Amino acid sequence: MIEQYIPVFLVVAFAIIFAVVVVFSSKILGPQRPTPEKLSTYESGMKPVGSTHERVSVKYYLVAMLFIIFDLEVIFVYPWAVQFKNLFHEIGTSVFFSMLIFLIVLELGYLYVYKKGGFKWD
Amino acid sequence: MGLEAKLKQDGFFTTTIDALAAWSRKNSVWPMPMGISCCAIEMMAVGDPKFDIARFGSEVMRFTPRQCDLMIVAGTVTYKMAHVVKKIFDQMPEPKWVIAMGACTSSGGMYRSYNVVQGIDQFLPVDVYLAGCPPRPENLLNALIQIQEKIGKTRVRDYPDQPLEPQTIQQN
Repeated sequence: MIEQYIPVFLVVAFAIIFAVVVVFSSKILGPQRPTPEKLSTYESGMKPVGSTHERVSVKYYLVAMLFIIFDLEVIFVYPWAVQFKNLFHEIGTSVFFSMLIFLIVLELGYLYVYKKGGFKWD
Repeated sequence: MGLEAKLKQDGFFTTTIDALAAWSRKNSVWPMPMGISCCAIEMMAVGDPKFDIARFGSEVMRFTPRQCDLMIVAGTVTYKMAHVVKKIFDQMPEPKWVIAMGACTSSGGMYRSYNVVQGIDQFLPVDVYLAGCPPRPENLLNALIQIQEKIGKTRVRDYPDQPLEPQTIQQN
């Protein structure tokens, strides 16, 4: 069983080795001639303004939550829909009802957000 | 290269570090497209398939100075923009080269005005000046080839690891 995954491990190992070699070879081979100007933050040639750790509006938190709800839905429903015929012949009606339960749970979250006014953006 | 076809048996090359470094440097010049005004249109044309700067290994226009070797200053540099150009040039890692593309960049051109820098060589070490208003794309390719010839003459020990003098820059 584990032998089947050897190509995957090889690809992962190659990816890691390649990334490490590329990063550190430029560190070793490239001339290091720092100046304070060169090490400063690049902001299209302007003086950097403010900090990167700025607080953002709580509205974006809501957007992220909604994204998770719908994104998870799509992630699970898509492969399920593609394989539905095969699974239906193999397992039976439980394929349909398990997804239905999942969708109902998500729908409850959706209704909660709707009730709370999460879709009113202003 | 054509050499390997002439080999009758296994062979090997010898070279110097300087030749290898110069060869790889000059065939992978990554430009920083400092497209400030109309010359930038010709600079874009150089990137397209008709003129194809990729033949010279320079198709990767990087929009961050950290990855660039060559700054193509394409356009009229006003005094207000000069600070930006200088700062971006200072942020590029060494070794680095500059092309002053077009009449405005090289000498102020027709803008003999109080707000235009009369030639970017007043604040940048320019390697190649390009004539034309704007220069034709072939002309920019020619400038790149001249830069490559110049890079071919560099040695590794020209750029040792050492902190440089801080460049002072006045910015409002």
